[in-house]
Amino acid sequence: MITSGIEEKTFVLNLGPQHPSTHGVLRVLLEMDGEYIASAEPVIGYGHRAHEHMAENRNYHQFLPNMGRVDYLHALAFNHGYCMAVEKLIGVTVPERAEFIRVITNELNRITSHLLWFGAYLMDLGAFTPFLYCFDDREHILDLLDRITGSRLTYCFFRFGGVPKDIDDDFISGVRTFIKRLRSRWVDYHNLVTKNVIFIHRAKGVGVFTKEQCQLYGITGPSLRGSGIPYDIRKSEPYSAYPLFDFEIPIGDNGDIYDRYIVRLREMEQSCRIIEQALNKLPNGPIMAEKVPKRLKPAAGEVYQAVETARGEFGTYIVSNGDIKPYRIKLRVPSFSNLSLMVESFKDNLVADVVAILGSIDVVIPEIDR
Amino acid sequence: MMTYVKEILVGFWSLLAGMAVTIRYFTKPIVTVQYPREKIQMSPAYRGYPQLILDPETQTHRCIACEMCSRICPSQLIAVEGAKFPGEKQKRGVKYVHEHYYCSLCGLCIEVCPTTALEYSAEYRLAGYRREDAVIDHLILLQQRQKAAGVPITPVPTAEEIAAAAAAEAAAKEAREKEAKAKAAAAKKPAPAEEVKE
Repeated sequence: MITSGIEEKTFVLNLGPQHPSTHGVLRVLLEMDGEYIASAEPVIGYGHRAHEHMAENRNYHQFLPNMGRVDYLHALAFNHGYCMAVEKLIGVTVPERAEFIRVITNELNRITSHLLWFGAYLMDLGAFTPFLYCFDDREHILDLLDRITGSRLTYCFFRFGGVPKDIDDDFISGVRTFIKRLRSRWVDYHNLVTKNVIFIHRAKGVGVFTKEQCQLYGITGPSLRGSGIPYDIRKSEPYSAYPLFDFEIPIGDNGDIYDRYIVRLREMEQSCRIIEQALNKLPNGPIMAEKVPKRLKPAAGEVYQAVETARGEFGTYIVSNGDIKPYRIKLRVPSFSNLSLMVESFKDNLVADVVAILGSIDVVIPEIDR
Repeated sequence: MMTYVKEILVGFWSLLAGMAVTIRYFTKPIVTVQYPREKIQMSPAYRGYPQLILDPETQTHRCIACEMCSRICPSQLIAVEGAKFPGEKQKRGVKYVHEHYYCSLCGLCIEVCPTTALEYSAEYRLAGYRREDAVIDHLILLQQRQKAAGVPITPVPTAEEIAAAAAAEAAAKEAREKEAKAKAAAAKKPAPAEEVKE
């Protein structure tokens, strides 16, 4: 128990809830033995907004804007997961073009999420310059997504049965130019960060997640793949139009911070590949399924749908009792389980590495608290 | 000793590589905008708060006060009232107030509207000093836009006018019902006569 630390040699250090490196309102109580961490305990719930309870008090359509607020950095994947779960429940097939648009916007959003992590994480480590470069790139994607979805961060774009707005030629050419530009920037990123000795010293061999630990705690996403387990929902349980595209799952070897960093950078390259293939294969046709009732009243039943977000597996579990409102919606969010292992891996690390490990798993606090 | 020297050299090289990137971008054009003096054009799909479309044909709004938007709104922010005026075929919106401060700009109201009477505005400066600043009376906003466009202004009916319209409507309905009853009665009368015949 942490409070007993005063009598012994250890003392308690409070990290957060308003620490600039916790990316939100996460509080971690660190029991310190000198400069080393003896144990850590996360205190969550500062950003609790009762999203799951809200779902029980509104109908299926009215819960749509909530999904953009659970994980604000990869909002479209959350939109996608919820829409797919409800489509499964009411038995609607999404037209192919809509699926392609969903995949394209989703992958663009994944790149923005990884770029923001890249910048903000390096700022945690003390490097300010990469932040400016990646926000310059991110701005281009936000402008592109703004043309289609109408918003820049908390998207509410996907609808049951398709998407409300079609993509145009300007968007397609804009995305192609952007991918070309992003590919030309990798060299700069690697010169600025990956080859930087300070970064290598802080990242290599620090905050190691072993394969066994990852499986024990249910880690998903780049944190898991950094440990060498090639598990990605897009491949293992293919959904939407992902089976049509050829892409790889980058994995690391040691499971340290450096591997997680490399996995995220490579994932952005793979996202570029997926977007290019999707743009080349983009079929014509409707963007909205026919016969989607305006007032949903699904039959009683339950459904689970998992999607891969920038942080890992996001699952929506819906229980319907035949009413216009869902009986229960459970959101399985990746950051929550990732946080549990992160706290475990703090042990026997220096206090200076805490922020480095904390940032490396890319926590989004509203997602943990929801 | 050798590893120490090597580390210093590698570190110095990585510093130079980073500096080279910085120097290369030093000569490239600036990507930022000095906001209050320069402004970026909003994209046509940008979602500002929903507003009533100024119909180019009728020079007024298309709201029929069906309340679909107020019913689907996730935060219950839209208050719509309608009245049927004598001589008009459909109901007409006489009050359309949108409490914008909780609006999540999801666009459900715009998609659900049966007469496509709503659109996204291009307004992005939404900050205010008081909560009431974010309560938008859309009929008054429409009047301002009509004034700016130089088309006849749609008057917002007063409470008395709405009451009079409602009374007239009730009277008309009563008259219609009476007529219908009389017709039904007239239609019914021969029926018992037929029965008697048999």
